[in-house]
Amino acid sequence: MKKKTNLGNRLLIGIVFFFLYAPILLLIFFSFNDANSSVIWQGFSLRWYTKLFQNQLIIQSVYNTLLVSALATIIATIVGTFSAIGLYSMRRKFRNPLMTVNSIPMMNADIVTGVAMCLFFVAVLGGWNYLAVNYRFTVNLFGAVYRITFPQLSLGFGTLLIAHITFNIPYVILSVSPKLRQMDKNLVDAAQDLGCTWVQAFFKVILPEIMPGIVSGPLIPFTISVDDFVISYFTAGSATSTLAMQIYSMTKKGVTPEINAVSTILFVVVLVLLIIVNVREIRAEKAAAKRVY
Amino acid sequence: MKNKRSLLAIPYVGWMALFVVAPIVMVVIYAFTTADFSVTGENFTRMGTFTVIFTRSFKLAIIATLVCLLIGYPLSYAMAREGKGFQRVAMLLIMLPMWVNFLLRTYSMMSIMENNGLINQFFAAIGLFDLINGIFGTDIQYFKMIGTQGAVVVGMVYNYLPFMVLPIYSTLIKMDNTLLEAARDLGADSAAVFRKVILPLSLPGILSGVTMVFVPSVSTFAISRLLGGGIQMLLGDLIEQQFLGGAYNPHLGSAIALVMMVIVVACMWVMNRFGEGEEQAVML
Repeated sequence: MKKKTNLGNRLLIGIVFFFLYAPILLLIFFSFNDANSSVIWQGFSLRWYTKLFQNQLIIQSVYNTLLVSALATIIATIVGTFSAIGLYSMRRKFRNPLMTVNSIPMMNADIVTGVAMCLFFVAVLGGWNYLAVNYRFTVNLFGAVYRITFPQLSLGFGTLLIAHITFNIPYVILSVSPKLRQMDKNLVDAAQDLGCTWVQAFFKVILPEIMPGIVSGPLIPFTISVDDFVISYFTAGSATSTLAMQIYSMTKKGVTPEINAVSTILFVVVLVLLIIVNVREIRAEKAAAKRVY
Repeated sequence: MKNKRSLLAIPYVGWMALFVVAPIVMVVIYAFTTADFSVTGENFTRMGTFTVIFTRSFKLAIIATLVCLLIGYPLSYAMAREGKGFQRVAMLLIMLPMWVNFLLRTYSMMSIMENNGLINQFFAAIGLFDLINGIFGTDIQYFKMIGTQGAVVVGMVYNYLPFMVLPIYSTLIKMDNTLLEAARDLGADSAAVFRKVILPLSLPGILSGVTMVFVPSVSTFAISRLLGGGIQMLLGDLIEQQFLGGAYNPHLGSAIALVMMVIVVACMWVMNRFGEGEEQAVML
């Protein structure tokens, strides 16, 4: 595109960003409000921040959100990277239908994914619990009789994690696959001709080549995980709660500014992290540019 | 050696079969059965009673998608013409709102649009209501926005605009400048360059943006609940009620979910026909 700045463009960008940020700035602003209101300003106070750290429900839900997002992103990155390599090595005949299945969780409406998983988990757990109740084993060990009972399972952190991993993997595959396609196919063959086992070839040739894709991959799934409400809502059950679910249940009774406070903290942390990452990238690019000239 | 490496995908294939394909199969089974699991088409015929909700969902989602396109395309275009540094900051600013939970953003939106919210306070402060009341002899103290379809559309646009901007922007930024120069050299004016070169080349981005806005818009239930004041029910609300709400009937809920899935597949099919090999654009 031709680079040309004019006032009209800037004005448009400004207006849209104002629209996008007005609600966010407002909620940050009212997190410092002394009153329990997001309309009337009664003076500056940090009392919602101190209250926040005494609110076990919110702290627990933030902890759940970050834990499930981090675990799901890490697992999805590992599984997704291996799968991308596997898919890449497959014949087209097998790969194409798998890539279609891969895009289902990304394209499907969240509520459909959530509902489908909800049905599936309830059925599987129902079957498991039926077996757990009806089949008990007794083990005779050194004269003592132990009765082994299987625990009853219900929707909770486990199902939540499985759901998050499932919708994260496709994004990882999508960010790693292009790097594999760019890689020179002969490199792996060359490594193996020179005596590498295929495990060595994997760690010394393939992995370094696709590293940029693996590194940039997790940001999007992690963001989606943290922001997700609908799929969590259907798969987490009633005992486990993420921040989004906590907020949703609060919107029915009225949101207290503690939620504004916790969101402000998260927002500022992410802002700082993104600024650091970007400043480092700019520096790296400048250094690279210097090397070229 | 090639086949050996393809074995790495086996855990993934198993995982996807178990947690993506099997749940969808279950939705299909539930959609075509009754509570005692005898086969029936009743769930689909019963949907006729929800025609109002179906039409409303589609109407609002289509409007929201069009508004997103009308705002998102010029915005992406404007961003793509800026310098590198500006672009980087702008992209950051587009992504950043996703880090504040969308429910909370929508809730904040709600407090802005309330009867005594910021917008109405602003109108009152500039004397708009006095003016209107003076001219028409009415007694308006505020504009009622929460509970209207307009508010739901505003909420959808607000939440999903980034999904329109990202794919369009990424096709615009990849565009080969020499093509535009060639078009100009061959005598096309700016309007013709846009219509005949830029627009067709950015079509994959537009289609992917349209899908990425339309699908969540047509299936949302939180936005309509918050901004629609509980009276503007959408398809998402309907499904949610069948599973976790008062009208517990997972069979009917599955049937509606299945219809929604068919819509998504149709969207994907259309997209694949127009934008071949553009899987990158789908992602960002």
